[in-house]
Amino acid sequence: MQAARLSGKAFDGMGIKLENVSYIYEVGTAMQTAALEDVSLEIPENQFIGLIGHTGSGKSTLVQLLNGLLKPTEGRVLYNGKNIHEQDYDKRALRAEVGLVFQYPEHQLFEADVLSDVMFGPRNLGLDEAACKKSAVEALTSVGIGEEYFKTSPFDLSGGQKRRVAIAGVLAMHPKILILDEPTAGLDPRGRDEILGLISEMKQKMSMTIILVSHSMDDVARYVERIIVMGHGKKIFDDEPRRVFRHYRELEDLGLSAPQITYILQELKEKGLDLETDALTVAEAADEIIRKLGGPDR
Amino acid sequence: MFKDITLGQYYQTDSLLHRLDPRVKIVGTLVYIISLFVVDTFAGYFVCLLFLAAMICLSNVPVGYIVRGMRAILILLLITMSFNLFLTPGEVLVRIGFLKITREGLIFSLKMAIRLSLLVIGSSLMTLTTTPNQLTDAIESLLNPLKRFRVPVHEIAMMMSIALRFIPILMEETDKIMKAQIARGADFESKNLIKKMKSLVPLLVPLFISAFRRANDLAMAMEARCYRGGVGRTKMKPLIYEGRDQAAYMLLVAYFAICVLLRFLRLPFLI
Amino acid sequence: MIKISRLIHDYIQRDEEGNPSGTIRALDDISLDVEPGQFIAILGHNGSGKSTLAKHLNALLFPTEGAVWVNGLDTRDQNLIWDIRQTAGMVFQNPDNQIIGQVVEEDVGFGPENMGVPTQEIWNRVEESLKAVGMYEYRKKSPNRLSGGQKQRVSIAGVIAMHPRCIVMDEPTAMLDPSGRADVINAAMTLNREEGITIILITHYMEEAIRADRIFVMDEGKVAMQGTPREIFSRVEEMQALHLDVPQVTLLAHTLRQRGLSIPEGILTREELAEALLGGN
Repeated sequence: MQAARLSGKAFDGMGIKLENVSYIYEVGTAMQTAALEDVSLEIPENQFIGLIGHTGSGKSTLVQLLNGLLKPTEGRVLYNGKNIHEQDYDKRALRAEVGLVFQYPEHQLFEADVLSDVMFGPRNLGLDEAACKKSAVEALTSVGIGEEYFKTSPFDLSGGQKRRVAIAGVLAMHPKILILDEPTAGLDPRGRDEILGLISEMKQKMSMTIILVSHSMDDVARYVERIIVMGHGKKIFDDEPRRVFRHYRELEDLGLSAPQITYILQELKEKGLDLETDALTVAEAADEIIRKLGGPDR
Repeated sequence: MFKDITLGQYYQTDSLLHRLDPRVKIVGTLVYIISLFVVDTFAGYFVCLLFLAAMICLSNVPVGYIVRGMRAILILLLITMSFNLFLTPGEVLVRIGFLKITREGLIFSLKMAIRLSLLVIGSSLMTLTTTPNQLTDAIESLLNPLKRFRVPVHEIAMMMSIALRFIPILMEETDKIMKAQIARGADFESKNLIKKMKSLVPLLVPLFISAFRRANDLAMAMEARCYRGGVGRTKMKPLIYEGRDQAAYMLLVAYFAICVLLRFLRLPFLI
Repeated sequence: MIKISRLIHDYIQRDEEGNPSGTIRALDDISLDVEPGQFIAILGHNGSGKSTLAKHLNALLFPTEGAVWVNGLDTRDQNLIWDIRQTAGMVFQNPDNQIIGQVVEEDVGFGPENMGVPTQEIWNRVEESLKAVGMYEYRKKSPNRLSGGQKQRVSIAGVIAMHPRCIVMDEPTAMLDPSGRADVINAAMTLNREEGITIILITHYMEEAIRADRIFVMDEGKVAMQGTPREIFSRVEEMQALHLDVPQVTLLAHTLRQRGLSIPEGILTREELAEALLGGN
């Protein structure tokens, strides 16, 4: 409904659909806690989504429900219209189509060289050696890891390179939906910009849905077309970025914040400059201010 | 599955047993285990059972909680019992096909089962009422005389305590790596043994690397906080014996004396 | 408080047999001074040498050439190591890998125990340190049950309990979420302002550096820039060339200025921007 309106992409049943999903940890014990409560969601094909939430908001649980790593306590998860927790559903095929890159993915590298590590996923899908290699080479190329590194030990790479290899490891399975959990965690500004640039490039080149999980609005604001905000196990907002950021005060109550630029423009507005406050980038904000103030030749 | 094992877990409450000096509890547990092997009659085991029951009462740990922990060793118990039941030679009571149950086997396996159950409950009572920290402190203090023989007592205790601190962290990490590899199509549920061993590589390699990285970081952090071994170190929570601890030692001596008496005063009506 | 003179540090590279095969210069001729009570931020991307520098301040690494003095103590003197580590405490990046105790209060007591502080005094120090970072009510908890930000505050308490004059923080917020980050930085700020403890914060989050008294920017083992936050962030192009962020408000002001509006360089806060844009109206 809301989500469909966003970019004119109606949800046609392809993709992931969550119907009134709840997830409760340690059911029936004193430690029982609801990580997710009654979440309904549609993830269509070929969309760029930001999933934002504070630690403990339920976003990590949500992500693991999407590819069947967790089974909902209540409600259904459908992929292309089929319930993924039916008896004979092929979970492995699902996990190839719904790829999940965990936080600090470089911590899962284990093979002796970069190429073999990336081939691990395709091999598990039962592809023949040549096809595995082809997928791996393509994936590595698309994350900007050149042939000169293929035979290097993944442990000899720099932090940013390791992370890109790890992302390639999931990409090589040709996912239709790619979920990246905090892909920039622990990176410096340069590494962060490289990874984010890479992801948005991937989105443009390959037609797939990308879900960027983050707690930083600044990271996702300028890239995504839709933002889902989680808080206390519930879906709080699900809309295009500009509309979500209008609720910046509610975001703060959730331990989040709007992008810095939103605050700057809000401040100017409060001080009496009558401008639109939904710019997402510095350039857009500058345009808006100059439009209002009339530029240098006022 | 780890939730069922109460062996080695701490049960937080306040009781006389919880407040007892951990050294008394370690010594007490050792004495209790020895007593189980000193005694060899059902009457003797009854005394051991009474002693344990009294301790459980003093500990404020619910009996149900302790019994639930026994489920983990039930299979072990059944196996040892049936071995002794069928394989002990002697006066045959029942014959089922080629299997025979003897009078001696019956008595022996019953005694074995009682001994084993009391042993497990007794030692888990110690861990239920003592935090891992107190345990390592107590071990360090009890082993202190060995320092004279150049046994690195402080280092052993420190290693134990660090291991205990990192077990939950590494368990969580194992879970995370496993999920990440499953997301890449890995199969950890294969019934085929060779496949199963192979599937562990993508789990174990990252886990070891992470453990080494953590060890390296931790060593650096400890040095930065002036850690330089046990020499010249003071204690935030030193172990000091109090009146109740001395009373407990005396009780232990009395209990052990009874057990020894029961063994050597062979009263005719005891089997 | 800290004086570094012509510091050079080389890492020895080893080939597969473990024989030295060459050296990498991690720090290249660094000289700097930190006054007591200052709040210093060190910026720089990964590999710029900032972590190596931090470890020199705590005598975890030693100069290849040049010298480092911490409160007048020369780190090259092996006999002074423990005094130096006590004077300059250190907080590391990964909260899980620096907590030793299984209970919060025991972890905070670890440093004083190592120093040989008497038992009663340890308890006093633990109490005051945990109160200083706002973690006193968690003293009986297991560190595993705390959030990342709370763990880092426990680590800071563990350092304060050693009564240092200076705390070096090596990217303490890199693995935290925004609210955890704010809590840690606020705790550091309070210690600096109220207890007068010198803080050296290594970070790549610009918003954490804005409140510093002085910023050093590192690049390729050298100090590339130094000055007050306003001086540093005025040099937008240079910062961008080093792949470092500047605060968005500074960037916006810079962009507006480039496009012809007359506003000063080095704007650091929203209020300053509003003032510059609307002040005259």
